[in-house]
Amino acid sequence: MKDMTETLLRVDDLRTHFHTFAGTVKAVDGVSFSLAKGEIMGLVGESGGGKSVVGFSILGLIDSPGRIESGQILFDGEDLAKASEDRMHKIRGKEIAMIFQDPMTSLNPLHPIGRQMDEMLRLHTDLDARGRRARCIRMLEDVGISQAEDRLDSYPHQFSGGMRQRVVIAIAMLAEPRLIVADEPTTALDVTIQAQILKLIRRQVREHGASMILVTHDLAVVAEMADHITVLYCGKVVERGPTRQVIDDPRHPYTAGLIASIPDPSDRKHRLDQIPGAVPDIRKLPRGCNFRDRCPRAQALCAEREPDLETQEPGRSAACHFPVEGGGT
Amino acid sequence: MMTAFFASEFFANWRRNGSAIAGSVILVIFAVIVVFGPWLVWQDPYDVAGLDLMDSYKPPAWLPGGDPRFPLGTDGQGRDVLAAIIYGTRISVLIGVSAMICSLVIGTFVGLVAGYFRGRLDGLIMRIADIQLSFPSMLIALFLMSAFGTGIDKVLIALTAVGWVVYARTVRGQTLSESGREYVQAARVAGLRNAKIIRRHILPNVTTPLIVVATVQVGTFILIEASLSFLGVGVPITQPSLGLLIKNGFDVLFSGLWWVSVFPGLFIMALVFGINLFGDFLRDELNPRLK
Repeated sequence: MKDMTETLLRVDDLRTHFHTFAGTVKAVDGVSFSLAKGEIMGLVGESGGGKSVVGFSILGLIDSPGRIESGQILFDGEDLAKASEDRMHKIRGKEIAMIFQDPMTSLNPLHPIGRQMDEMLRLHTDLDARGRRARCIRMLEDVGISQAEDRLDSYPHQFSGGMRQRVVIAIAMLAEPRLIVADEPTTALDVTIQAQILKLIRRQVREHGASMILVTHDLAVVAEMADHITVLYCGKVVERGPTRQVIDDPRHPYTAGLIASIPDPSDRKHRLDQIPGAVPDIRKLPRGCNFRDRCPRAQALCAEREPDLETQEPGRSAACHFPVEGGGT
Repeated sequence: MMTAFFASEFFANWRRNGSAIAGSVILVIFAVIVVFGPWLVWQDPYDVAGLDLMDSYKPPAWLPGGDPRFPLGTDGQGRDVLAAIIYGTRISVLIGVSAMICSLVIGTFVGLVAGYFRGRLDGLIMRIADIQLSFPSMLIALFLMSAFGTGIDKVLIALTAVGWVVYARTVRGQTLSESGREYVQAARVAGLRNAKIIRRHILPNVTTPLIVVATVQVGTFILIEASLSFLGVGVPITQPSLGLLIKNGFDVLFSGLWWVSVFPGLFIMALVFGINLFGDFLRDELNPRLK
């Protein structure tokens, strides 16, 4: 399987740290993963787990006091961690696009959406004004906005939340990027339209042959969309593998906990499971396993030594001394 | 375009606001004076050949001894006070508006740079601004003018040096909060360069409060300029502003020749009053939190 697909993105031992007065925040600490062409990867974790920082690191948009300390971000063979700012300007939008969480704030309220779409095309294509306009209209129709031609002159506030997210998706897809980073693309939307938007994103990604990193805290979303899952905890990968296998048979207790806390409407007898405690202060992480204070399986060894990410079976790995075996806790 | 304006909420509120209308009327009158000034008076007050010393110190036309040719009387050189005021108003307004534009441009630029790039440059700029704000602006302007000497250009420099701070602070604050917004992130993700992000996405979002500051500042600048000129460190005697006219008449004020300085004073008062009335209205209109 690995030989058949071509790797588009390989992140190798990425470390992005933030040097604040209160201490160094290791938001991303040795994260590695790879993404094949046309593949959708779910990047899962709690808030504060460093998911979004991975996305911004790939785009080279880490602001001071943050810094990429080490690691490689190989995009089609080119190391983005070392690319010049000039080169990144050409990559952003054109090669790698991003879909943001909140469509209410990710569009500039002062410009009609047509202008914001046009900006993208002017930057990354050689099309003339008519060609750009035609492309914008086609793209808007593609994401399901009717009377696209008239809507070009509408301002963001004249759209509903779901419609706005469609516009954001249209803008992201305009320059036909090869990689899309979707940062919680449906979190700010009504549940009723979340599924629609997810379907739309997946269709667009598949039709354009792009790859996607889907950053989310919602395992249900990932289960629907992703081919692979990478679970982050405190800036480290704790588990990864093909979606079905990880969901049906999680190995890391943290993943198992996340899955157990998805509500099951058919089961009304039991209280909803939760993972006890909270994410530890990422500035002073304990020695050993970061998850041990919240882990039902923790033993003495967990306080001693931090587990490495170990291959559990072909294509699957987890970072745990005492991985869960067979069908959850 | 015009019909859209008359149908707007802005216009509807303006019509219901008495002081806004009063302010606007005053400003329109002054605009006419500034634009058409030279055609409104029969005498060029600075063409010495046209002056007659026999006409000196004539009282306003309605007082005994008044001359209908000089509705507001004359000064010591037989110059029509009304004509001098009209010419002086042009100079005062010219200085106030140009100094405001210079301050606005420089202050906005500095504020955008400081707020967008932050870091050391921001710290440096804002500390300079803080230090400057801890002195009364009149004092700084007075200090600068005594170093420069008189002249319209020098007054402009002094006023700009005093005025940029307000814009820099306002714009910096707004820029700080705007650059945190997702659409600025989105613009960066789209591959836009910083200069373009600032121009296209941040600048348009920070301008609204500037309109109010700029309006009120024209009034402040006119007053500062008048004070400087009154103290003799403002405009040169060949280009008298309203402030210098007051000073010229001040020497004879207590000899009963009050009209030479009182009328220019009334004009300054009316002008600044009109600007402030209109500025207040703009502030209420443009501040979404007061609605």
